[in-house]
Amino acid sequence: MQRFQRWKVLSILAMSLLALLIIIPSFIGEANRKAVASWLPSWLPVKAIVLGLDLQGGAHLVWQVDAADVTKSQIESLRDDVRRLLRDEKIPLAGGIGASGRSVQFRVPDETARTKVVGRLRTLAQPGGVTALGTTQPPVFEIAQSEGGLLRLTLSEAATNERIRKAVDQTIEVLRRRIDTTGTTEPNIQRQGADRILVQVPGLLDTNRLKDLVGTTAKLEFRLVAEPGYNPADIEMLKEFDKDGKTVTGEYPVEKRNMVRGEDLTDAQPGFDSRTNEPVVNFKFNIRGGRDFGEATSRNVNKLFAIVLDNKVISAPRILSPITGGSGQISGRFTVQAVNDLSILLRAGALPTALTVVEERTVGPGLGQDSIDAGKLAGYVAATLVVLYMLTTYGTFGIFANIALFVHIAMIFAGLVLLGATLTLPGIAGIVLTIGMAVDSNVLIYERIREENHLGRSIISSLEAGFTRAFATIVDSQSTAMVVAVILYFLGSGPVRGFAVTLGLGIITTIITAVTMTRMMIALWYRWKRPQTLPI
Amino acid sequence: MKFLRFRLAPDNIKISFMRFRRYSYPLSALASIASVILFLTVGLNYGIDFSGGTLLELRNKDGVANLAELRTTTEKLGLGEVEVQAFGDERDVSVRVRLQPGGDVAQQAAMTKVLDAVKDKYEVRRSEVVGPRVSGELVQSGTIGVVLSILAVLAYLWFRYEWQLAVAAVIATMHDLLLTIGFFSLTRIEFNITSIAAILTIVGVSLNETVIVLDRIRETLRKYRKTPIAEIIDMSVNAVISRTIMTSTTTLMALLALVLFGGHVIRSFSMAMMFGIIAGVYSSIFICSPILIYLGMRNDSLSAVEPEKGKAKENA
Repeated sequence: MQRFQRWKVLSILAMSLLALLIIIPSFIGEANRKAVASWLPSWLPVKAIVLGLDLQGGAHLVWQVDAADVTKSQIESLRDDVRRLLRDEKIPLAGGIGASGRSVQFRVPDETARTKVVGRLRTLAQPGGVTALGTTQPPVFEIAQSEGGLLRLTLSEAATNERIRKAVDQTIEVLRRRIDTTGTTEPNIQRQGADRILVQVPGLLDTNRLKDLVGTTAKLEFRLVAEPGYNPADIEMLKEFDKDGKTVTGEYPVEKRNMVRGEDLTDAQPGFDSRTNEPVVNFKFNIRGGRDFGEATSRNVNKLFAIVLDNKVISAPRILSPITGGSGQISGRFTVQAVNDLSILLRAGALPTALTVVEERTVGPGLGQDSIDAGKLAGYVAATLVVLYMLTTYGTFGIFANIALFVHIAMIFAGLVLLGATLTLPGIAGIVLTIGMAVDSNVLIYERIREENHLGRSIISSLEAGFTRAFATIVDSQSTAMVVAVILYFLGSGPVRGFAVTLGLGIITTIITAVTMTRMMIALWYRWKRPQTLPI
Repeated sequence: MKFLRFRLAPDNIKISFMRFRRYSYPLSALASIASVILFLTVGLNYGIDFSGGTLLELRNKDGVANLAELRTTTEKLGLGEVEVQAFGDERDVSVRVRLQPGGDVAQQAAMTKVLDAVKDKYEVRRSEVVGPRVSGELVQSGTIGVVLSILAVLAYLWFRYEWQLAVAAVIATMHDLLLTIGFFSLTRIEFNITSIAAILTIVGVSLNETVIVLDRIRETLRKYRKTPIAEIIDMSVNAVISRTIMTSTTTLMALLALVLFGGHVIRSFSMAMMFGIIAGVYSSIFICSPILIYLGMRNDSLSAVEPEKGKAKENA
């Protein structure tokens, strides 16, 4: 008990000092923090605690990829593949190609032709082919044959899941580009679970513009307007809208086939038409897009083509001559704001699928600041009560406990800074709670010391016994709380996770401060005072 | 150094706690049954985390919030029952719209409707929209959390204690859990995802108190092999009761500060926790220890298992 090695004393002091240094930047305000950072060498991090959205205010939105939409587009492209394959092989069909739910079906009555088709389909179903290790990936679709030469291709679950995963990745990329161009400060965009995307924007309260920006698929297509006599299975009726986006101004039978791939668009800029002075979007294609567009327009001179954005016709001009320059202009009934937004969306690229908001939480900056103030006040009141309580109950030993408590709080904050963890309102509650629980360990130790002393042990042996015997109980009780903190961390999200982090940090620092540090202080005090009676 | 000194709990407490079981057991049994009945009949007041829907916290731009007016405005929107409640400041009001039929899109539409109707007079301080899919998952993960932590506690007790002590601790923890659920049902405090955090913390903290008592009983049992078990339990509880009271007092002080000053967002969290901790202290003294007698705990039940349980610890 008496012997406390110098290096231990020094390292505890150093740890406490370091903790204090680490948390200073969090408590001096933004302006001072920058000033401090400018004096210090650049390799020294001057970091403040990251405040959660519930404290600094902001928006938290979760979007979900529409799995049905993904399946639908997968079925569409499978149908296109089948159509192309049959055309390449010049195989006659009995009837059209039907698509329903997760499958595509068509009838090939001729036996030899069917065998050929099935062979080709098998390779189509295995895009990766047989891998080097001889194992095959699960096929994209299953092929079932039934009487009358009916072939049914059914998409596999695994292929859809893979497609959803890719769609989420792609969506995150697109969203990042879209949100970055709006100049929003530090948005946090990340995947959540298999099919969700979390977007957190500090400081944002009105989420409507964000929702418009994210919720628009921005799929731009150039499709021919069908002429009379077309197969109805190959066209769809699309509406044209006025500036307000609600009044229908026209409806066109539009071919399902797209003339140019949307990803071949390389640039889009807002501008004004030189003749009419209307707001327009000027766009450019890459080489492939320019060539495709040129070929398609030269084959269809004098026909109408529709510029389609998210299944709405923007305009349907007549092709007067082949457009081969690889660039063009979209004019519709646009406002200036609309051409700006459309340019942003087109530059950022289309979303692979539609998104739905499944969760939205916003906190205004006013409420955030109120919560910080309330949390601080509660913290001060709790600390004052506990400090007074320890002081009146244990006197000198209470002072030791209070010093340890102070360091304990500093260490929790330092831990938050070092881990880059987010401080949330439940996190503050967790810190206030650990103020009450940290001194528990001191109480257990001191009470044991008293008890041993009353039983007639000498001071030094009571101190020794108190610390060693109480230690096991402290570890026991802290480990139950730690189990809870760990479970909460893995189950909770956002605010609750913040609570789990501060609770967990508090438990670890309790062992350092309430046990080791108090013990050191008491040992030094004993050496210095050589007391005849215990002050507790 | 001289201070104004005082002790909350006197040193030489000599109370025969075992005698209290005649009152505490029927009382606790009644309270537990009442809690279960309350939970099954009245149920919990689920917040939108679990029930889904829309919650808006509004502040009147020029003074006092007019609840009656807000009620009539929001009722006209055709969103079913809309709860309008005052809280905290006289300017503040919360508006809660139940989960709308029609999936996630319908919830968004409902929020837009309410916002459009009130935005001239009120500023939005907080908004939450939870769709049916997310709320369903939160219910699931909340349930998993509670079940997992109970399992973790069971596993911990299984390794740590002889079966009688473990069973006693489990019963005490369940008792606290049930009463806390009853507290939520009775007070109609909103039950949301932070309430799950509160409940799990209560499980952890109430177990702390139980562990302190049980550790002491085990220690005393080893020391006095001839003394009757009832006396041993009384001795142990008397020895640790002052520290149980003191440790829970410091925690309660911190929680009281949170309830009074921590703001309305975490008030229900802090209140539930206060209740749970008081229940935890009560059960560790009056419920957990007397059970040992019913479980036939004897002085020799310890020595028989001691070698397997690893090194004997002497604890506070």
